[in-house]
Amino acid sequence: MNRRPITEDDLHAYVDQALEPERRAEVASYLDDHQDVAARVAAFATQREELRGAFASIADEPLPAELNLSHIIESRRRSPMRAWWAIAAMLLLGIGGLGGWTMRGVLQEGSNGLSALAQEAAYSYGVYAPDRVRPVEIRASDSAELTRWVSNRLKQPVKVPDLSVSGYRLMGGRLVATSHGPAAMFMYDDDHGDRLVVLTRPMSNRNLDTPMMPQSTGDVAGFVWADGGMGYTLVGQLPGDTLKPIANEIRKQTRPI
Amino acid sequence: MLVQVEPLIPALRRYARALLRDRVAADDLVQDCLERAVSHWHQRRDGSVRAWLFSILHNLAVTQFRQATARGRHMPIDDAGERELVSAAAQEHRLIYQDVLKKLARLPEEQRAVLLLVAVEDLSYADAAGVLKIPVGTVMSRLSRARERLLQEMEGVAPGNVVALRGVK
Repeated sequence: MNRRPITEDDLHAYVDQALEPERRAEVASYLDDHQDVAARVAAFATQREELRGAFASIADEPLPAELNLSHIIESRRRSPMRAWWAIAAMLLLGIGGLGGWTMRGVLQEGSNGLSALAQEAAYSYGVYAPDRVRPVEIRASDSAELTRWVSNRLKQPVKVPDLSVSGYRLMGGRLVATSHGPAAMFMYDDDHGDRLVVLTRPMSNRNLDTPMMPQSTGDVAGFVWADGGMGYTLVGQLPGDTLKPIANEIRKQTRPI
Repeated sequence: MLVQVEPLIPALRRYARALLRDRVAADDLVQDCLERAVSHWHQRRDGSVRAWLFSILHNLAVTQFRQATARGRHMPIDDAGERELVSAAAQEHRLIYQDVLKKLARLPEEQRAVLLLVAVEDLSYADAAGVLKIPVGTVMSRLSRARERLLQEMEGVAPGNVVALRGVK
């Protein structure tokens, strides 16, 4: 007989029904010749059935409401929106204190503020992200040219964020028109084809620095902030807590030293 | 994602309850797991969604065990857990099931996890290795030790009398 020797691992795989049919037959014939081992394997199999039986009823129980996946997904989607409404409500009600203080930049900026930038990013996402033919004008392979072009038009050095640590590759970018002049748009995608858009342009207040704030327009959510008078926003169709670390990464890379 | 994850929730509950032996704590853990799955869905790698979900759940359970140990709390080893686990099981098997669960509870944590993932949750050896972050060889040796030990407990056999093809200790 030039059969491979039967190992302990084979016996367990036999019990767990994880063997290829051919090997399974070899183990079965070995067990026929070795009654003591066969008894042990049979005991393992009984044990397995008893364990499965003992736990089976748990999987049959009706799911409690808090494990309803649709609810969980729904509440995730709503959360960026809720945060944005909370900020809006805070502004409307004129709640002072630290909240009001950190929001002063937005108030002073008026229609040229972060909410406008957030809106522009959502519009750009809506127009370019679904585009399968030409989502970007200059591809990532010409990123040096892209950087030169947008820096030239925005009249300041623009750095294209590298999001590879977050699993997103630069697809490329383009210049987009806003009511506050040109803005640079960069688009990224991951292995699943999910796309993210980064939009940046100078703010009218050239010294504006703001905290990062959640934003949401329809099903496009993201974060918006300003550093040294440059406004930045990251948007995508992902939950806020997935986008937040990516936004942090962008802020780290683009922040003026 | 709904289509891929929803059918697996009952199995996740079962594994969580088997590890924690407490219905409320186990369901809390599964809820935590599902929330993470939803928010990290786009970061998962290719491969089995089932194995990915069990990894998240197992990590959460391990973290919780560590916190409980750090606070000086111990998981109950009395019969209450077994009674609760099998309360809905068929009457004629109830005693057998309670008995096997009581013995399972005496296994070291690492052996129990392997046995549950492989024998109850039908994860492949490779997937179980991924969930537990150990080599497949270690999965096999833990599985072997777990089964051997459970067998000794059940039959009251002294360790030396067991026929083994390979040293298990």
